[in-house]
Amino acid sequence: MEILQKIKKEVSKQTAFHSPLEGARGAVKSASGSVAVLEALIAEDANIIFGYPGGAIMPIYDALYDYEKKLNHILVRHEQGAIHAAQGFARASGKTGIVFATSGPGATNLVTGLADAMIDSTPLVCITGQVFAHLLGTDAFQETDVINITTPVTKWNYQITDATEIPSVLAKAFYIAGSGRPGPVLIDITKNAQLQMFDYAGYTKCTHIRSYRPKPIVRNEYIVAAAKLINEAKKPFVIFGQGVILGNAEKEFIAFIEKGNLPAAWTIMGMSAIPSNHKLGVGMLGMHGNYGPNVLTNECDVLIAVGMRFDDRVTGRLDKYARQAKVVHLDIDPSEIDKNVKTTVPVWGDCKETLPLLTALINKGNHAEWLQQFADYTKQEEEQCITPELNPTEGELTMGEVIKTLNELTEGNAIIVTDVGQHQMVTCRYAKYNKSKSNITSGGLGTMGYALPAAIGAKFGAPQSIVVAVIGDGGIQMTIQELGTIMQSDVQVKIIILNNQFLGMVRQWQELFMDKRYSFTNIKSPDYVKVAAAYSIEAKKVSERNDLKKSLKAMLDFNGAYLLEVMVGKENNVFPMVPQGCSVSEIRLK
Amino acid sequence: MNKAEYTITVYTENQIGLLNRIAIIFSRRKINVDSLNTSPTEVESVHRFTIVINETEDVVRKLCTQIEKQVDVLKAFYNTEDEIVWQEMALYKVPTDEIAEKVKVERLLREYGARAVVIRKDYTVFETTGHREETDGLIKALEPYGLIEFVRSARIAIIKDSSGFHEKLKFYEASAPGDELVENEFLNQHEEVFSM
Repeated sequence: MEILQKIKKEVSKQTAFHSPLEGARGAVKSASGSVAVLEALIAEDANIIFGYPGGAIMPIYDALYDYEKKLNHILVRHEQGAIHAAQGFARASGKTGIVFATSGPGATNLVTGLADAMIDSTPLVCITGQVFAHLLGTDAFQETDVINITTPVTKWNYQITDATEIPSVLAKAFYIAGSGRPGPVLIDITKNAQLQMFDYAGYTKCTHIRSYRPKPIVRNEYIVAAAKLINEAKKPFVIFGQGVILGNAEKEFIAFIEKGNLPAAWTIMGMSAIPSNHKLGVGMLGMHGNYGPNVLTNECDVLIAVGMRFDDRVTGRLDKYARQAKVVHLDIDPSEIDKNVKTTVPVWGDCKETLPLLTALINKGNHAEWLQQFADYTKQEEEQCITPELNPTEGELTMGEVIKTLNELTEGNAIIVTDVGQHQMVTCRYAKYNKSKSNITSGGLGTMGYALPAAIGAKFGAPQSIVVAVIGDGGIQMTIQELGTIMQSDVQVKIIILNNQFLGMVRQWQELFMDKRYSFTNIKSPDYVKVAAAYSIEAKKVSERNDLKKSLKAMLDFNGAYLLEVMVGKENNVFPMVPQGCSVSEIRLK
Repeated sequence: MNKAEYTITVYTENQIGLLNRIAIIFSRRKINVDSLNTSPTEVESVHRFTIVINETEDVVRKLCTQIEKQVDVLKAFYNTEDEIVWQEMALYKVPTDEIAEKVKVERLLREYGARAVVIRKDYTVFETTGHREETDGLIKALEPYGLIEFVRSARIAIIKDSSGFHEKLKFYEASAPGDELVENEFLNQHEEVFSM
């Protein structure tokens, strides 16, 4: 109450606080810190905010009241929902996602999303309120040391205690979040700084920080060395990650592989950078990736890694990973070179710049025999894994046939957001994509509960696209409260719950490696149709093969949000699989 | 690869919280920091961290790339002991009566180049500066005479073939750096490239 009265007093003292700075940019004018924050967002063309108000961020929310026409604020149900939504927005649009949260619990609720955005290189600017500067370190109400809590999970963070710092610090924040290898930035603003009136001289975008080099200089000698290796290779193999998408280098990448006729496989994060049906796309890498790309990693003579970081889920056992191959690694982040896999030729730099230089130097290739090897493995995989998963004729529904049917209906034009677990692996294995940025998933951190809020954000990031969230019965229950956001903001997302009544991925491991000791993986679900109905969201449950296609069609055709619960086989496993601790060539088909 | 003592020199902006950002790079990987010193540099506004760890070169190189990745870090170098000039300072508190009575102690102090900082009736504080073996040696020598307290400073070090930071800073301040300047020294040491 005391704080409220204090704000009221401040507000009544400062009438300018209520009037946004219409056309005042450039001229010096008195403004509050809160107004300066919102002006910064407008200047950065960031017109959508995902947030949740609270005591320490109230001045910013009060200023927001007058900015409703310029800034669209989406009220979520939990701060974790806000940050995942901002991630989904960033991943679908390529822009920086904005989050508002209050101090203390509001800020700590962001930590999972920050860690997720950090490991998946998602550009975010999170603004958290903080207690008055004079209360810092006193264990004040809702005070927590946000800067130190978030240091390991942010690309950069900063606490503002004086409003005059706001324009320049926010300019830095946007520059750092979006440039180089993107990442989350958190700015903690004390309440006094939000309320403080100061001489606002406008907002200038940041283009240079002396201690920060977003892009390493491209070194021609390495391009030449890399091209030489590729030209001499008999069995070159390209593996690519999200770097291609983040660098907007999809065209450059396709030109590169097409000129050399190089087979290319994607990581889960690189998926959709090239269309799924591209003739040189040979599939997904990693633990549940495709057969050929995994096995042939250990047979190629030159491995060309583009914008990927050799995660352990991709490499399997590292000391048996591509030991025979010379490795060319293109990456914007110098610390990724040699981090996990020793590189023969490092090509550091933005792949949008390095790929065309490399393409110019490589010979037109014809690796027909080598490509045929991939096709042969695909055939084996199809017989043993893919066909039974996608075209079962009897028994319970499989996750794969749901995705296959979805492909038929969307023709690869939907943005597909997945959560974490079996459904994620199945979806990423079988979903078809025509456009870049249409696969949104929590890759590095594996955050259950990611998909529902991320799908909300993705819809705002790509309003013209159909956004389908595919979620397991475990993950949906972690952030199910965001159905409230969908209801209130009328977000037209399609939600498919693939319900196998288990925490399926853990259960699969328990089955395969722990003698079927199903320790706490049996999870009960509420009646999702009723839950959706309580939120005024259309919903249906389907468990029969005959109903699947028309139910999916009804979902897609419906004008508005829709939840479809699909009951799938309880104890189905995802194959192929590279068991943990095994080499990629030891991939199991069953 | 064998572990060895490496001295890491980090040039940074003077930013609150940066110490933590650098420290957690080590603690996250469960690497113990043997010594850490922060100080100003020859360039105003640029700060310098001197960190000593015992690790393999491969690990040290990766740590340096992680440190350099931090937004507020300008540059990180690592060096072995023979590539640097370094000193540590130590203080020793010993009972004065022992010192006064035993001439041998005085000789010891001369040998170690120590000098008295404070002389009181009850105790005397000596100071010595040098390498680890030297400061350690004096502890051993003083122990029989009732060493009351000992403290050693962090290492400070100067890289032998460094030409200071003035020139480098010009490069960092320029928004469009020229090609002639090497950006990342760790990548530049990539030995295998030219031995294909």
